[in-house]
Amino acid sequence: MTVVERVGMLETMLRIRRLEEAVVKLAEDPARPIRGHVHVSIGQEAAAAGACAALGSGDYLFTTHRNHGHVLARGGEPTRILAEILGRADGYCHGRAGGFHIAVPALGILHTSAIVGGSVALAAGAAFATSRLGDAHVALVFFGDGAMEEGVFSETLNIAQLWRLPVVFFMENNSVSAAERSGRGSPTSEHSAVALSDVPRAYGLSTEVIDGTALDLVVEVTCRAVEAARAGRGPYFIESRTSRWPGNFGSSPTLALSGETDIAWAWSLETAPEAIRRWADLSDPLLRLARRLLGRGEMARDTLTDRDARVRAEMRRATEAAIQSPEPVAATAAELTLARPSVPSPT
Amino acid sequence: MRDVLYTEALAEALGEVMAEDPRVVLFGANFVGAGPGRALMVGIQQRFADRIVWPPIAELAYCGIAIGAAMAGMRPIVDLSTATFSYEAIPQIVNEAAIAYANSAGQTTAPVVFHMLYGLRGGGAAQHSGSPQGWYWNAPGLQVALPGSPADVKGLLRWAALRSRSPVVFMSHQQLFGVRGSLPDDVALEIPFGQADIKRTGSDVTIVACGVQVPRALEAASTLAREEGIDCEVVDPRTLQPLDVPTILASVRKTGRVVVTDESHDACGVAAGLAAIIADEAFDALHAPIKRVSTAHTPVPYARTLEDSIRPSAARIADAVRAVAGFGVRDAGVGAGLAPGSV
Repeated sequence: MTVVERVGMLETMLRIRRLEEAVVKLAEDPARPIRGHVHVSIGQEAAAAGACAALGSGDYLFTTHRNHGHVLARGGEPTRILAEILGRADGYCHGRAGGFHIAVPALGILHTSAIVGGSVALAAGAAFATSRLGDAHVALVFFGDGAMEEGVFSETLNIAQLWRLPVVFFMENNSVSAAERSGRGSPTSEHSAVALSDVPRAYGLSTEVIDGTALDLVVEVTCRAVEAARAGRGPYFIESRTSRWPGNFGSSPTLALSGETDIAWAWSLETAPEAIRRWADLSDPLLRLARRLLGRGEMARDTLTDRDARVRAEMRRATEAAIQSPEPVAATAAELTLARPSVPSPT
Repeated sequence: MRDVLYTEALAEALGEVMAEDPRVVLFGANFVGAGPGRALMVGIQQRFADRIVWPPIAELAYCGIAIGAAMAGMRPIVDLSTATFSYEAIPQIVNEAAIAYANSAGQTTAPVVFHMLYGLRGGGAAQHSGSPQGWYWNAPGLQVALPGSPADVKGLLRWAALRSRSPVVFMSHQQLFGVRGSLPDDVALEIPFGQADIKRTGSDVTIVACGVQVPRALEAASTLAREEGIDCEVVDPRTLQPLDVPTILASVRKTGRVVVTDESHDACGVAAGLAAIIADEAFDALHAPIKRVSTAHTPVPYARTLEDSIRPSAARIADAVRAVAGFGVRDAGVGAGLAPGSV
């Protein structure tokens, strides 16, 4: 990866961070402009930016209820993401989907399931189609460690391997960090496997476990997986380990503990609030990359703060535009239940 | 016109849609079970071997894979075999395929055909006799087809596989396999969803019958006409979603007396749903309460006597017709002078 590419991906990660903070601010707004609840991906920006960088333009991306960062990294516009989360007409699905189900077919995001594990089989299906249609695309599906508790996960891995489908299973384990494992020998409190990666290995999948806060590693391994899938060597499984952001309380994330990320924590960690300091030091992929770029002289502090100011301004404008977007017209509620059939081709 | 079996018409449609559209792929290819119709599928299995996959016993994943493939441009037909097996896949069928189009504001389609064999097949016991048509009708975004004749299975399946852009739950019934009927010579017969068919015209009582109830309703109508002079009209909706409400209501308004019959269970079943629509929209035209003939609300028992007792048979349809025909009619022979004004 070149310095220019790395700096570009830092900006993507910064945009995801500021987008997610904008989402949390809206979610915590006492006026409750967001009807539903939200799930954010703070701490998982390197996985989103790095994995999406490995995909080509015709490739398929499937994601989860925790999708904002993935959609943005794939090329989504913040205004349209926020408008969807707010249930507005300018959202990617005109307010029908909400944040749970953002679909952007133009970016290869055909459908987003908020059911844990729901997208895993669909991604294998898109991979099946692309291999059958001979267009040499791949499908990459993000899912959390919890999805591995679902039956559809095991069924899908089995079929994907049997049929050598060009699909990359990208599991984001955001429960624990490598440094903060639970003491009972299992990687999560809910799965019996000693290592979650034992499960895809048992099915014979090429499997790698990576530090999901290390951007270069995410890019390198995902590129390898995508190339293998594209070359017909079958599915690939990646476990990307990140540490849970302290503000991540399930569907009620909060900025109350830490406030917004101050990019200056990259060089003055002691100014970070106590509740976030350890995480900001060890587990924040954004600060980790920023420190590296600064430390190697590949980016100046001023440049970083300038970019951050630009991104903050972008998200402020996006939030404002999304709030200004009209609500959908009530009378259209049942208009899209069934698709109009295709007409017979003239004979 | 040709005289064919239901199974022959089904196999013919499958072969045609495979030949006509390279996007059609089959997930499993038995369709008519292990009975005598099985031989009909051999030709399709051989001719299109490279477009048939035989998935593991994993209904949830292979239905999801078919749905994802449809979203990415294919037109899969999934052979789920017995309808109860589709219960294993409901998270993908109902919670993913059904919602994709509306959820994406019309940007993503999932045109999968889920073929399954529903109902009391004779000795299937509780887990091989299910009738989930009411459930699927209740899932917005799905279409439900219930063909009751050879021509309908061919025309509906061709339309589902070639024209539909929304997912289809396509329900055949083992007791229809031996039903014969005429097939138009028009090889490209396609029946768009949402068009009911008047299977028999009549003036006294409307029988709304779905799927396997169509031949049973015709049998009952023929017995009643011959032996009791009651003239029944048999209306076959053919698809529940979309539903041709105007054709059903027009018949109800003509006769004023209705029996609704389907093999799903009594509670919230298809007969209940159709009866509710008729009551809502044509109460003023009714001369008698609507009667339902469906399956008792109990897990389907195995023993012959028990299963036979809950089947919505031609005899039970005839009894229901007699009840609605005689309601409010005094001093008049059954089948004569049924309009209330004539009493």
